Amino acid sequence: MRPDDRKYTTTHEWVKIDGDTALLGITDFAVQELSNGNTSDLVYCDLPEVGREVKAGQTFGEIESVKAVSDLNSPVSGQVVEINHTIEEHLEVLAKDPWTTGWMVKLKLSSKSVDGLMDAAAYEKFVADSKH
Amino acid sequence: MKTTSLHSIHSALGAKLIDFGGWHMPVQYGAILDEVVCVRNRAGLFDLGHMGRVHVSGPDALAFVDRIATNYCAKIPVQSIRYSLFCRPDGNPIDDVLLYREPESVYIVVNASNTAADLAWMREHATGFRVTIDDQTDATAMIAIQGPLSRDILQRAVTGFDLDKLGYYKFDFATVCGLERTRISRTGYTGELGYELYLPTQEGPRVWRALAELGTAEGVAPIGLGARDILRLEAGMPLYGHEIDAEHNPIEAGLNFGVSFAPEKKSTLGRDALERVLAAPRRKLVGLTTPGPRVPRQGTEVYRGTAAVGHVCSGAPSPTLSTNIASAYVTLDAAQAGTELELDFRGKRQPCRVQELPFYSRTRK
Repeated sequence: MRPDDRKYTTTHEWVKIDGDTALLGITDFAVQELSNGNTSDLVYCDLPEVGREVKAGQTFGEIESVKAVSDLNSPVSGQVVEINHTIEEHLEVLAKDPWTTGWMVKLKLSSKSVDGLMDAAAYEKFVADSKH
Repeated sequence: MKTTSLHSIHSALGAKLIDFGGWHMPVQYGAILDEVVCVRNRAGLFDLGHMGRVHVSGPDALAFVDRIATNYCAKIPVQSIRYSLFCRPDGNPIDDVLLYREPESVYIVVNASNTAADLAWMREHATGFRVTIDDQTDATAMIAIQGPLSRDILQRAVTGFDLDKLGYYKFDFATVCGLERTRISRTGYTGELGYELYLPTQEGPRVWRALAELGTAEGVAPIGLGARDILRLEAGMPLYGHEIDAEHNPIEAGLNFGVSFAPEKKSTLGRDALERVLAAPRRKLVGLTTPGPRVPRQGTEVYRGTAAVGHVCSGAPSPTLSTNIASAYVTLDAAQAGTELELDFRGKRQPCRVQELPFYSRTRK
């Protein structure tokens, strides 16, 4: 079971809200899909500048594997207050633990709306269904 | 989707399989970059069953191939192989191919994604030529073994024939795993010492397993299309749909060695157009290396200051060069080796530097 202290998107990002801030990251499933189980296939993560406004559903960065680039989509709206520089070029940190040390971006929320996001149980089902 | 004779082997090895030119093919068995390193340092096995294999025979076989292929087929020494292209009258290719010159006939290996178009093109232009065009793709398996240890490993499967005697871009027939008169060519798409084998389809799995077994001590490993793409990019070899396509001609791609302008080739399709490109090229295919973290991708734009000077055809992290690399078309004034340019990633610039292709070449013997 994946952490139930956060919400999930259909594009495999998570958001963990704490008061008026939120941490954003991607799920273990996203890591698996991007790397095909080979951490060394992940090459770079492009994160936004501190201060940038991001909107729910919009791209806040990109993650690159050897073969492809994938958008990172924000589950919520807010302003970037901190980014996890470590993972930009150390994707193994992200791959090893996408839930805590592999967080990507910290936002100051402009809205606490989590409309359209899934809880952990719904995300489990979503992932199970998408495997077929 | 079509499958090769080795499909169940790939599945059993845990490969990730993708649609490639209508075929369900392994893109990787493990980490892509590890597979690249394996071929550069040891040896790798490739399933190339998806590639098109066409035999052209008949009294006019050579004349016919010289009509549709850009190099001078009739002048290729028997048992030699040459890189060539099928070009439209506008000089842009419908495919690039290898021609295996037989005494009175030609064996042609084409790209999987273009096989149907190539066959249609060949049949359309065969009118008036006494030729038989035989698509042997489904009747044959094709396996490559590539890497510095490939000769030692393959030799153990070959009887009555010394692979040392097979020169670069030459082919011969020998007994492989007991199969008499197996076509072996010293060719590949990696820039390494390597060989390609053509077998009856049903023998593919047995020969694949035999080579994997015979190369265990050397660490031979199966290699997917992901690593194959990086290996060929490092070696400066074009991929149809990237460096060449219906809008990118072979001259600006630097593939002049595959195009003959001999007087005898006057009626070759595309020749006049290619002669015009030769006289006045507008751009050049170059290599780019970039010290930044972003990997150039097909379509990434290349700038010098505010001026757009070109676009990326292929890009990858290169384990051999330990940097990100790309092939790109740039304007002639930006094509000089050493020129400093920039890649544009959604408005973020990353420096890059022009260099001549290939990035990597093992000395040919």
